Amino acid sequence: MISETFKILEVNLTTGQSGPRDRDGAALYLGGSGLAARLHLDLARPDLAWDDPTQPLIFAIGPLTGYFPLMSKTVCAFTSPVHGQYAESHAGGRGALAMRFAGYDALVITGRAERPVVLHLGENRIDIIEAGYLWGQDALASGKLLRRMLKGSGHRTIMRIGPAGENKSAMACVNVDTYRHFGRLGGGAVMGAKNLKAIAIEGEGARELPAGKSYAALFRDIFRQVTDTDMMRKYHNLGTAANLDALNDLKALPWRNLQATSDPGITGITGQRFADDTLLRNAACSGCPVGCIHIGFVREKFQADNQYFYRQVPYDYEPIFATGSMLGLTHAPDVLSVMDEIEKAGLDVMSGGVALAWATEALEKGVVTPEQVGLGLRFGQARGYMEAVHLLAAGKTEFWRLLAQGTMTAARHYGGEDFACVLGQEMAGYATGEVFYVAQSLGLRHSHLDTGAYSYDQSNAPKDVAKALAFLLEDERERVIQTSMVACLFARKVYGLDSLRACLNVLGGATLADGLEQAGGRIQKLRWRARLAGGFDPMRASIPKRFLEVTTWKGQTDPVYLENLRQAYATAIRDMGRADAEKA
Amino acid sequence: MKHLKAPRMERCIGCHSCSLACARIVHKCLSWETAGIRIQSSGGMSSGFLAKVCLACDPAPCAAACPTGSLKARIGGGVTQNKKLCIQCGKCVAACPVDAIAQDRQGHVFVCIHCGACVDFCPHDCLELVEVDG
Ligand code: SF4
Ligand code: SF4
Ligand code: SF4
Repeated sequence: MISETFKILEVNLTTGQSGPRDRDGAALYLGGSGLAARLHLDLARPDLAWDDPTQPLIFAIGPLTGYFPLMSKTVCAFTSPVHGQYAESHAGGRGALAMRFAGYDALVITGRAERPVVLHLGENRIDIIEAGYLWGQDALASGKLLRRMLKGSGHRTIMRIGPAGENKSAMACVNVDTYRHFGRLGGGAVMGAKNLKAIAIEGEGARELPAGKSYAALFRDIFRQVTDTDMMRKYHNLGTAANLDALNDLKALPWRNLQATSDPGITGITGQRFADDTLLRNAACSGCPVGCIHIGFVREKFQADNQYFYRQVPYDYEPIFATGSMLGLTHAPDVLSVMDEIEKAGLDVMSGGVALAWATEALEKGVVTPEQVGLGLRFGQARGYMEAVHLLAAGKTEFWRLLAQGTMTAARHYGGEDFACVLGQEMAGYATGEVFYVAQSLGLRHSHLDTGAYSYDQSNAPKDVAKALAFLLEDERERVIQTSMVACLFARKVYGLDSLRACLNVLGGATLADGLEQAGGRIQKLRWRARLAGGFDPMRASIPKRFLEVTTWKGQTDPVYLENLRQAYATAIRDMGRADAEKA
Repeated sequence: MKHLKAPRMERCIGCHSCSLACARIVHKCLSWETAGIRIQSSGGMSSGFLAKVCLACDPAPCAAACPTGSLKARIGGGVTQNKKLCIQCGKCVAACPVDAIAQDRQGHVFVCIHCGACVDFCPHDCLELVEVDG
C-alpha cells in the first residue's frame, strides 16, 4: 500500500552502521528516478571525486513496484566515473521485487569497506560479509559462488561486479541476476570503489493489499492487456533484436565503428537469425509476464573427439549492435561469444563494444600501434575481441587503462577523436539522425532511453528546431513519470497517466495520483539540477565529426540543424536545472 | 476432485505471475513466499525453473502431522485449510516431503488448496487444474 513517506535503508560500509529511516515527500518525488535524484542531491558531494568513500550509491524502486505487472525495474544512481556527475542507470531482474519484499523504497550505501565485502540484506537482516576470496572472480562465477554462500529462501536478487568494476573502469556494469544489468555510466566502478563485490537482497516479507475487489479487478485488467493483446508481442517474439533488420534497412545501423550505416552482412545477425539459430529459451523479470529476455546459446568445440562446451548468453538489440555490427561480426554465434566474455568481465556491453570498435579503427589508421594495443584487432574477427575484452577490464597497460576510462579519454591521448563514437558516453545503436545525436550527447543518462529521439528521427518529421525541442522536453517529462514508478518502458503504452492514476488510487495513493503530472515536471527539473550540480555544462557538449559524416535514409547529417538543435536543447537543460526552476 | 499440476515447467520464464496471483487472490497479500505455489530457479537463472507446489498426497502426511485439524486431508488427495485452528507449530511444514508448505515469520502457514486461481495468470500455460477420480 502506498505511504506518504519513503522507507530507506542506509548502510555505511566504513562504520558498519546501518539502519532504516523514513523520508517524507512521496507525493513530491514518487519514487525511482525522482527519489534517486532527491537522495543524490541530499547526500552526494559534488566537490569530491566520484570514488570518494562518502559518495552514495543509491537503489530506488517505485510506489507500484510488485503491485502491478511490469513494475519491475530498479533505478541505480551514483556519481559517474565517466564525468564525475550525477548518473542514473536502470535494470530489471529480481531486484525491484526483492526490495519491495524486504520492505524498502530505497537503499543507500555510503562509505568504503576496508576489505572486499558482500552485503546481504533482507527484512530482518543486514550482514556485511568479508569476501576477499571473491575479488577477481568474474561476474558469472561470482553469482554461482554467492548462491552457495548465502543461505536464504532463494527468492532474492544478487547484484555483483566483475573485474572491470574492481578495477574501477568507467565502463564497469553491475550484473543483476545473471541476465540483467545496470549498464551505463560505470555503476560497477562505484561498487568497486566501495570494495563492495556484491549485494544480495532477500525478498522474504509480505506486504498488505487493499480490502475489497477493485485491486484484483484492476490487476486482472492490466494483466490481460499485456498478455492477451498484441501490445507486447514485439518484445516476447523476436525481442528488441527485431530492430537490427529495420535499422539496417533504414541505413541507421552503425557498422564497423560507424563507417557505414547498412551492410549486406545483416543477414547473419538479424533478430530472426538469432531466434532460428541460437535462441534457447525466454525468461522474465519478476512480476513481468511478457518475458522479453532472450537467452541464446553457442557451443564450442574445444578438443578433437567432439568435446564441446556451451555458453548461455542473453541477447538484445543493443548488445548485438555493440558486439556485432559495430565490430563487423556477421555470424550470430561469434557475437554471442564476444558478449559472453563481456558478461564475465563485468563490462557494459555498449561501452565495451563501441570502445573496441574505436580501437580497431585506430589500429587500422595507425593512430595507435600494435605494440601499444598488445594484440591484433580486425573488424569481423571475433577471437581478438574475446581476448581484448579482458584487457579492457583489467586495464593493466597504458592503452587499456586509458580506454577503460572511456573511449574519448583514450582518443584525446592518442588522437582519433573525430571517429570516437561518443555522445556523452559510447553511443547507443541508433544512427537515425540529428535529433538522436543531440538527445544522446546531452541527455541526462546519455542514453537512447531518455527520450524517443530515435523514433522522432524515423518518423520523417520536418527539420524544425522548435518542434524537435518540444518533442524532447515533453517526451522526457512523460518518461520521467514512468521511470519514477519504476515501470518497464516497454509497458509505457499500458501505463498512460489515467492508468497510473487508477493504480495509485486503488492502493490508497490518492495524493500521488492527483499530483502526478506536476510531479513529472518537478522531477524532470530536479534531475537536471542534480546533474548540473556536478558541473555539467550542456553548452559544451560536443558531437564528434564521425556523426556529421554519417548518411542515413534521410541523407547526410545536416550540420546546421544539428548545431541549432544542440544549442536550443542545451539552453533548455540549463534553464530546467536552475535551483529555483523546480519550485516554479 | 481437482488437482493443480505443473506439467509444463520447461516452458516457465520465471515471471512469478502464478505465485503472486495465489498470494493476492487466495491469501490476500503481496508476496513471493506466502503463496501455495512458489517458483524457484533450479540453481540460478541459467538452469530453468521449478514450482514448489502441493502434490496432493493421498493420504496427506501434512494433515496427519497437524495436531489441531487445521489441515485436513481432502478426499482425493491434498488438504483443506482452516486458518483459525492453526497454532503455528510448523509440524505440517516438517512433514511435507517436497517442501510445498511455506511458513512466514509470524508462523502462518501457506499451502496450495488446488483452487486453480494461479492457472489463469501463467502466460506460458505451464500449470493446469485437472479433474482426477476420487
Ligand atoms: S502439502 Fe506436502 S505433504 Fe501435504 S499434501 Fe501437499 S505435498 Fe503432500
Ligand atoms: S491452485 Fe490455488 S492455492 Fe494452489 S497455488 Fe494455485 S492459486 Fe494457490
Ligand atoms: S506464471 Fe507460469 S511462467 Fe510464470 S513463473 Fe508461474 S509457472 Fe512460470
